[in-house]
Amino acid sequence: MPDILSLEFMRHALLAALLVGLAAPLVGIFLVQRRLSLIGDGMGHVALAGVALGLLLDQQPILTALLAAAAAGVFIELIRARGHTSADVALAVMFYGGIAAGVVIINRVDGGQSANLTGFLFGAITTTSRSDLVVFAVLSAVIVGVTLVLRERFFAVAGDEEYARASGLPVLALNIALSVLTAVTVVVAMRVVGLLLISALMIVPNAAAQQFARSFRSATWWAVAIGVVSSVGGVVTSFYADTAAGGTIVLLAIGIFLLTAAGASVWRWWTARRHRETGEHPHEHGPGCGHEAVQHGDHVDYLHDGELHAAHADHYDEHVPAPTVSAALHDQAHQDPTHEDGGSTR
Amino acid sequence: MSAHADVPVLELRRATFGYAGTPVVRDLTLRIAPGEVVALLGPNGSGKSTVVRGVLGLAEHLGGEVRILGEPIEDLHERHRVGYVPQRHTLSGSVRSTVREVVATGLLSRRPWWRRATASDRHTVEEALRLVNLGDRGDADVATLSGGQQRRVLIARALVAGPEVLLLDEPTAGVDAANQRVLAAVLRRLAETGVTMVVVTHELAALRGTVGRIVELEGGRMCFDGTPEGYAVHQAEVVRAASAATTGRAREHSQPGGGHHHEPEPAAGTARILGAGPLDPRPPHGNGAA
Repeated sequence: MPDILSLEFMRHALLAALLVGLAAPLVGIFLVQRRLSLIGDGMGHVALAGVALGLLLDQQPILTALLAAAAAGVFIELIRARGHTSADVALAVMFYGGIAAGVVIINRVDGGQSANLTGFLFGAITTTSRSDLVVFAVLSAVIVGVTLVLRERFFAVAGDEEYARASGLPVLALNIALSVLTAVTVVVAMRVVGLLLISALMIVPNAAAQQFARSFRSATWWAVAIGVVSSVGGVVTSFYADTAAGGTIVLLAIGIFLLTAAGASVWRWWTARRHRETGEHPHEHGPGCGHEAVQHGDHVDYLHDGELHAAHADHYDEHVPAPTVSAALHDQAHQDPTHEDGGSTR
Repeated sequence: MSAHADVPVLELRRATFGYAGTPVVRDLTLRIAPGEVVALLGPNGSGKSTVVRGVLGLAEHLGGEVRILGEPIEDLHERHRVGYVPQRHTLSGSVRSTVREVVATGLLSRRPWWRRATASDRHTVEEALRLVNLGDRGDADVATLSGGQQRRVLIARALVAGPEVLLLDEPTAGVDAANQRVLAAVLRRLAETGVTMVVVTHELAALRGTVGRIVELEGGRMCFDGTPEGYAVHQAEVVRAASAATTGRAREHSQPGGGHHHEPEPAAGTARILGAGPLDPRPPHGNGAA
């Protein structure tokens, strides 16, 4: 480990990876929620045209890429809001036009064997300079800050756009804000994993977290943790294994996704084996439903004809209480005539 | 109730709503007073959902006057005063979210964008969950709930902002009988608290005793407005007219006594429909909610 930290460019690379690993999944979860997982890819295509313009005009490529991607982000939302049937095709034309123009212009400026082009397409994290790092840090702070403040609003709009509009939220403005944040993330990530792999870092950590998280909130933080582990871990791995950093980061994230997916299947199989459902159960338990509530670990069971019923999905499970408690509860249940309940709420 | 008691909650004057410039509902005139519970009936495509969506600004307002809580809809900025329960067959999205997280989104329009949820906001969410009998399911993943429970999540989301009027689009559609009972009990409890409700529905039976007024649309125009009792009579007339059209059968129907015994009412046709359930007269209030 000492060698990797003794090299300045690797220190920069690790910091850049940390920033991207943090920011990308934070924005990505809303793209997953809106079922727009591939939109980041399209913005990456347009960002390449921005990079090319920067090289052509001798400007900072990061700046021009940022402008191009943000403009694309606004355009995407406006065209979606118009609801045209040809919106999908219009976006495709824009995305492919962006990457094609980018390749043509960069080759024209840099010559056929452009290292620049490969660097932007597949990432060139080890070329991150100190000034790049400052720009990344500022942009990442903006992404994290805005996302944290607007998190609940993004969640509401992505989850139920029609209700959000009816309840008076500025839906179009929030969608544009999210789209521009995605564009900023794309630009920060382009030096780390490359424009062709950016979407992976926004989406795959979220896909992994969705396998086991139990709320939107916890899924968000798990995705950020997985994003940081795969981006920093990927840079370290690529240093020792002498592999391409961008690809290694994404493969690591996919590895984590496969592990969590496998773990989730095993967990489902295990709980299904221990799972005892009650029969037909027309009555719904709840506070004050007439059945005694019994705390059972992290949830509440209801004592119903001597059985402990726990709400599970859309039915009830029979839970087996601890032996001593069980005996006491059974006695109680048999003495209490109110538990002779056929099962109607009325 | 309040100082606004005489201001109608909803007032439509020759209102026309539609989509992409094409009217679906035409020249609808309707006045709903505070505390009324109105069922909006009609066959598919009659425009009943469009009325609700039009009032919420989700369908285009193409003509006439629409005032909600005394203000023209274009000027209503306090949208939290109007609660909306959309028609959804499922709430399960593409990401995990808990019942509490979904319900909390109902409060967002009540506070400025930079402000976080306060302790009292969280308390309000719990209250709304209790009101719809989901007090112990706040941490559950919404995707795992039954259809009826998901409808109640949507109702809680609408209630959490404390609306003065609640617009519900088919809240009982596709819900099994047991869950429909729970849902009906929730709506009855709400009606008793004085919330004005407009319920778009096909299933009047589930809401018997809660609904005090029925408005029926057909082909985008109102064809009935009155009490449930009046609606039963109206329906009987429609049935009689239809059966009179088929000549042979008309005679059978108009013969009193035929298959009906111990019916106190003389008009056999009407009595039969009154007894059928959904069209029963409204029973007196105060039968305790579950």
